[in-house]
Amino acid sequence: MSTIDQPHDDAGIHVTPFPVIEPGHTFGSVTDKISALTLQRRTPIWWFIAFGLSFALANVLLFSIAYLVLTGIGVWGNNIPVGWAFDIINFVWWIGIGHAGTLISAILLLLRQSWRTSINRFAEAMTLFAVACAAIFPLFHTGRPWLAIYWLFPYPNTMNIWPNFRSPLMWDVFAVSTYATVSALFWFVGLIPDFATLRDRAKSKPFKIVYGMLSMGWRGSARHWARYEALYLLLAALATPLVLSVHTIVSFDFAVAQLPGWHATIFPPYFVAGAIYAGFAMVLTLTIPLRVLFGLEDFITMRHLRNSAKVMLATGLIVAYGYMMEAFTAWYSASEYEGFMMKNRIWGGPYWWAYMLLILCNVLIPQILWLRRMRHNTLVLFLVSLVVGVGMWLERFVIIVTSLHRDFLPSSWAMYRPTLIDFSTFFGTIGLFLTLLLLFIRFLPVISIFEMRTILPQAEVKEEEAA
Amino acid sequence: MKRRKERPPFYGLMAEFDNPTDAVAATRAVREAGYRRIDAFSPYPVEELSEAIGMHRTNMPLIVLIGGLVGLIGGFGMQWYLSVINYPLNVGGKPLNSWPAFIPITFETTVLCAALAGIFGMLALNGLPEPYHPVFNTPNFALASRDRFFLLVESRDDKFERAETAAFLRSLGPREVTDVEY
Repeated sequence: MSTIDQPHDDAGIHVTPFPVIEPGHTFGSVTDKISALTLQRRTPIWWFIAFGLSFALANVLLFSIAYLVLTGIGVWGNNIPVGWAFDIINFVWWIGIGHAGTLISAILLLLRQSWRTSINRFAEAMTLFAVACAAIFPLFHTGRPWLAIYWLFPYPNTMNIWPNFRSPLMWDVFAVSTYATVSALFWFVGLIPDFATLRDRAKSKPFKIVYGMLSMGWRGSARHWARYEALYLLLAALATPLVLSVHTIVSFDFAVAQLPGWHATIFPPYFVAGAIYAGFAMVLTLTIPLRVLFGLEDFITMRHLRNSAKVMLATGLIVAYGYMMEAFTAWYSASEYEGFMMKNRIWGGPYWWAYMLLILCNVLIPQILWLRRMRHNTLVLFLVSLVVGVGMWLERFVIIVTSLHRDFLPSSWAMYRPTLIDFSTFFGTIGLFLTLLLLFIRFLPVISIFEMRTILPQAEVKEEEAA
Repeated sequence: MKRRKERPPFYGLMAEFDNPTDAVAATRAVREAGYRRIDAFSPYPVEELSEAIGMHRTNMPLIVLIGGLVGLIGGFGMQWYLSVINYPLNVGGKPLNSWPAFIPITFETTVLCAALAGIFGMLALNGLPEPYHPVFNTPNFALASRDRFFLLVESRDDKFERAETAAFLRSLGPREVTDVEY
């Protein structure tokens, strides 16, 4: 029997080895510790270094986009037949990363997983910034983004014509903009009581005023809390199908097309699982250093890391099943084109190395998380999460590039090579993401303070005494 | 007819507790004693406290439902009107009212409107934003967002008599009972 996962006390009763919060905390200590990160503690030196680097990288994005807009889409490596490349790969990658935030904040709330509490705020912020990075790609792929509103949204214009609502790309516009709006509001609503805490704790007048305005005068009234809690639960119930719909619709961008390699019914569930897989990998990539740098080991415990690792393992297996079914369907369809596409993708074509790396990163390496010792080693977890992040990017590369570069007619076959601007745009969005994240951890509470209070044992009303 | 009370010089009386159990017990006692214009303040949601001040249900589900229905009808209606009536266009020989293809956008607008209605409905019903409120004049009220629990009896309550109410509140074992000024 295991001794690390399931220890028992003398009476043989199961005890939790890794609580969601270390014992000994009070309402006061939780409040002070988290709010001190934004209010009292001096900005640590690593923050300035990290911010400087991220901000420099974000400026690379700015430069790349300026160059793109001034010159034209030709600065990217996209060609015919590979008309969709880095822009859609990165879009799908980023939006997928965002999905773990909603999963943690909404789905785990509905499933009453109390361990979500100390990572949900952070994961929601991650969602928001990832969606912001994702939106850049399709927007600038239009070439003239200032006209994009006419292509994307049905608004009355002088040409009297409307977007085609039967197109998955239109569905995507609605799905992603709804997702961004609802995620931002969900996040803000969650922050209101914590803004009130910061308002009451802040020493300097400007901070008091800013946090005071953001808190909108929240005073913790029991009437307000009742409506607030009802709404929070309802938003979680709305966000749950929403997040599933978003990646389903993203997968429709491919699955509704008739291209071999895209036209598959497995795509929606397989994309959703992949999104959660990549998202949890990103959560681990970010929280493992953060909890050490900020001394938050009491709040983000091994329990959180271990559970995230298990979610990664489970969704990783679903993704592996997706790869298997893709290959199986290609064979079982007996379609010449499907069969050729799969053979070309795995070993026959020029991008076989991408497929092999993808299998290595997404299917093989993460299996070491079956070992408890590995799950409990934060360094291993961190490295595996990075590998999965790379693997999920490769997955989109494989799906998009290998399906497109061999058209039905051999005369239109071509290779795809990303340009320097492709790479600088992609790495630039990572800079933007980290910049936003660093600003967030400096100025807003990284952990939901009021929800942390609710998971303390003393938060419960003792009915026998209160009656 | 009820005698209209003159506006008293202060907003009410506030009792301060340091744990949720005492606060809930006191709130129940105050309500049982017949006070109705009461409110409680806590650093995190305490369901029993909302129940104890007499708030058994909220309108939030109804508001979200109405928002959702508006989004549902609006989203589908928009696509149907634009594709069938306003500018009928033959796309790939598909019927003008190709309703299954309209479902994804309909779903998104449903969720969007439901969420917006819920969030703005919650803020509106709670009267937020409200930068100034008399309860902020209570000494120690900054701790309501940290680790203290407060119980308020408003002076507008019909049963409110300053000395009597203060004595009653004091009998419930608070840390302190204080006046709340306007």
